[in-house]
Amino acid sequence: MNIINFTPVSAFVGGSLIGFAAFLFFVFNGRIAGVSSIASDSIIKNENRFENILFLSGLIIGPVIYSLSGKDIESVLTNSFPLLIAGGLLVGFGTKIGNGCTSGHGVCGISRFSIRSIVATIAFLTTGVMTVLIFEI
Amino acid sequence: MTKLSSLISGIVFGLGLTISGMVNPEKVLGFLNIFNAWDPSLMLVMIGAILIFSPLHFIFKTKSRPIFAKNFVVFKNKNIDKNLIFGAIMFGAGWGLAGLCPGPAISAISFFNTDVYLFVLFMFVGFYLGNLFKTKNN
Repeated sequence: MNIINFTPVSAFVGGSLIGFAAFLFFVFNGRIAGVSSIASDSIIKNENRFENILFLSGLIIGPVIYSLSGKDIESVLTNSFPLLIAGGLLVGFGTKIGNGCTSGHGVCGISRFSIRSIVATIAFLTTGVMTVLIFEI
Repeated sequence: MTKLSSLISGIVFGLGLTISGMVNPEKVLGFLNIFNAWDPSLMLVMIGAILIFSPLHFIFKTKSRPIFAKNFVVFKNKNIDKNLIFGAIMFGAGWGLAGLCPGPAISAISFFNTDVYLFVLFMFVGFYLGNLFKTKNN
């Protein structure tokens, strides 16, 4: 194993902002900033629909504001269409039945010391690493 | 007012995803590529987010109600069930295939990349099918 492209400062600063955003959503709205739940509820549930759509809009506006500062945002997606479709379906279906993703389980759940979230995070990190390992070979 | 705070929380969250590099699938796949050439950055994203959210959440949880909404959401389900495990396993596999999880995928809509739109479209199809599956099994 060798370490490449390590960007500890921007990662830590960005992560802290994510944690602060989750705090804002909790202290003002009383809710957990789990993006998979917010996104799926926006098409499935009437309750808080407008709030959910506004949160998702904020996610889209965030990078736009960042790019106004004149800095470039790197984003490289190189998968073939079948892999993108399979990936999207697995992410959507999996987070719906598993009740959370990287934000809901990985950040907020672990922060609340939820055993369910700790188990889920170990599970999705493990299969994420295994999938990349298989495709790298 | 809950609408305004939703929008602001989303914007700050989106800025965090951008600054941290999570909106770059290549970087996310580099993080999951532990056994070859590993980019540990995203571990610091999680640590940073938890270090901020965890203590603040425990402090404010003791208040009787949130500032704008009527009450805090409470999680009753404590069971480690099949849906949790299989759901997380499937999510991890999808994350490893594309390098996108729900938050960054939605933020990446702003980059006008049709590949991202395809992923997000099928992610929503996945939410819909997952919901059908859950309601049928309960």
